[in-house]
Amino acid sequence: MASTIDQSCLYAENHEWIRVQEDLATVGISDYAQDELTDVVYVELPEIGSTFKQGDPFAVVESVKAASDVFLPVAGEIVEVNAALDDTPEAVNDDPYGRGWFVRIRVTDPEELATLMSPEAYASYLQEQG
Amino acid sequence: MSEPIIYELGAPGRCAAHLPKLDVPPSPLPPAHLLRDGLDLPEVSEVDLVRHYVRLSQMNYGVDIGLYPLGSCTMKYNPKANEEAARISDLHNVHPYQPEESVQGNLALMYALQSALAELGGFQAVSLQPAAGAHGELSGILMIRAYHRARGDAQRTVMLIPDSAHGTNPASTSMVGLEAVEVSSDERGNVDLSALTPHLNQRLAGIMLTNPNTLGLFDEHVQEICRRVHEAGGLVYGDGANFNALMGIVKPVQLGFDVMHLNLHKTFSTPHGGGGPGSGPVGAGPALADYLPGPLVARDSGAEGETYRWEIPARSIGRVKSFYGHFGIIVRAYAYICMLGASGLRESSEAAVLAANYLQERLRRTYPLPYPRTCMHEFVLEGRLQGAPGIRALDIAKRLIDYGYHPPTNYFPLIVHEALMIEPTETESKRELDAFADALERIAQEAVDHPEWLHEAPTRAPLRRLDEVRAAKDLVLCWERRDSRDKDGQ
Repeated sequence: MASTIDQSCLYAENHEWIRVQEDLATVGISDYAQDELTDVVYVELPEIGSTFKQGDPFAVVESVKAASDVFLPVAGEIVEVNAALDDTPEAVNDDPYGRGWFVRIRVTDPEELATLMSPEAYASYLQEQG
Repeated sequence: MSEPIIYELGAPGRCAAHLPKLDVPPSPLPPAHLLRDGLDLPEVSEVDLVRHYVRLSQMNYGVDIGLYPLGSCTMKYNPKANEEAARISDLHNVHPYQPEESVQGNLALMYALQSALAELGGFQAVSLQPAAGAHGELSGILMIRAYHRARGDAQRTVMLIPDSAHGTNPASTSMVGLEAVEVSSDERGNVDLSALTPHLNQRLAGIMLTNPNTLGLFDEHVQEICRRVHEAGGLVYGDGANFNALMGIVKPVQLGFDVMHLNLHKTFSTPHGGGGPGSGPVGAGPALADYLPGPLVARDSGAEGETYRWEIPARSIGRVKSFYGHFGIIVRAYAYICMLGASGLRESSEAAVLAANYLQERLRRTYPLPYPRTCMHEFVLEGRLQGAPGIRALDIAKRLIDYGYHPPTNYFPLIVHEALMIEPTETESKRELDAFADALERIAQEAVDHPEWLHEAPTRAPLRRLDEVRAAKDLVLCWERRDSRDKDGQ
């Protein structure tokens, strides 16, 4: 099952994507992640204004299969959450890089972005995962 | 819905039970003392009632119907002799407030079960209080916390939990207010020793180990893990859910475990649910025996023979359950232990391991086996098949229902993709095991030839494929009368 990789994002090992737009960045989970989770039924999002370190769990995504933590790819402050996921969690499955976004953050330390995978690196990472 | 709810069967005035004629003067309650109006109870005749529940029971699946390979749950057959024992009137026609001297037989039975479990686990003492496995975990973690606090080590709050653990482990840890920290597994399915190292410090409270683990594998470094955790000042909790692999073969305390629960409703053949309840006795080695929840049963030997009494351990975390545990379940488990004896318990574990390995060897030809080692009482396959890209573990599990089997545990443990976790138990004959393996092999072929059969499965179950997404999103916990629903426009 080849999964889609959005070319405008960077990726973390736990299958989160981050898309940087000036000083803000949008975060979600990859197509591979949503496919592994199967049908998403609930997303628990953080408070606006809360801050997290790189790799901290900031959200919980629940599918018919399992409940999983979602980790912030880089440290940041939550400036906006995708409240629409309350009513339509299936957007995470249908459009993981678009309507299925989780949060927008103000990145604390842009240098941390260098630790993430490029779309090409993520593609070969997925190959290794089998 | 093929069978209505019992409220939908009734008609006003119907009644299945007739009370004898009142032969004492009536004494009406003063209206001011009534808490509420009359209850809205179903009104059905006896024949409606009996047929309704018999029809429901025919839709049910249980260990009395067939193989129930639900991994990690040890769905072994529950011998009917256990039920006979639990119905002995001298054992069950007692009240927990009776004085000790009037229930010596009950106490003697509890003492004997404590002793048998202590022998099997190598424990110094056992408490029969906890009402289920996760309750035993909670008790054990409270004991570990109390131990560290008593030693002035309140800063020890980190509990290590392997990534293959049951979800109850981090839940129990969090409920006690300790911090659950995940440690990864290595490529052979053992706890990764190098993942322990950063946590072996003054903050370590302990580790929760399941051995054999949820992959059905005996951890090859279990003694080394216990040694390192002890050297760092931590304690070892044993999740005894998988003890069915070990009876009479391995004593966990000798491996280095300090406290562990046992599931009477798994290993010791008492019923799961629908007649349960569960029971999760907790046993402890020397470091923690004084912290066990109480009361335990103690024995005194005097001139008039042996007498039994309640005793609270010296540093007990206190009671974790009203009264004395689930006594009816304690009787059933003790009956099972007496029937099998020491050698029979060992044979049970050996047969459980043999059955699992037989199935593993047959099925690994068809389904990927991510950790190809000799297994213990269960094993985990991947529900992914060559040439059937759209088929997942869930589809295979659903199709098994059409073949007349309860599906195995799926999507657990989390470290296996599309996990199918199979535990046949010692109950099943080779013929049963072969029939189950045949079904899984046939399903694998169907997945390639007719994938829609798997996507649509089960077709023979009363409600066919359930909408699990809607069930999770729009959970309805209470049945409402249709007329009131109509008013709400539903």
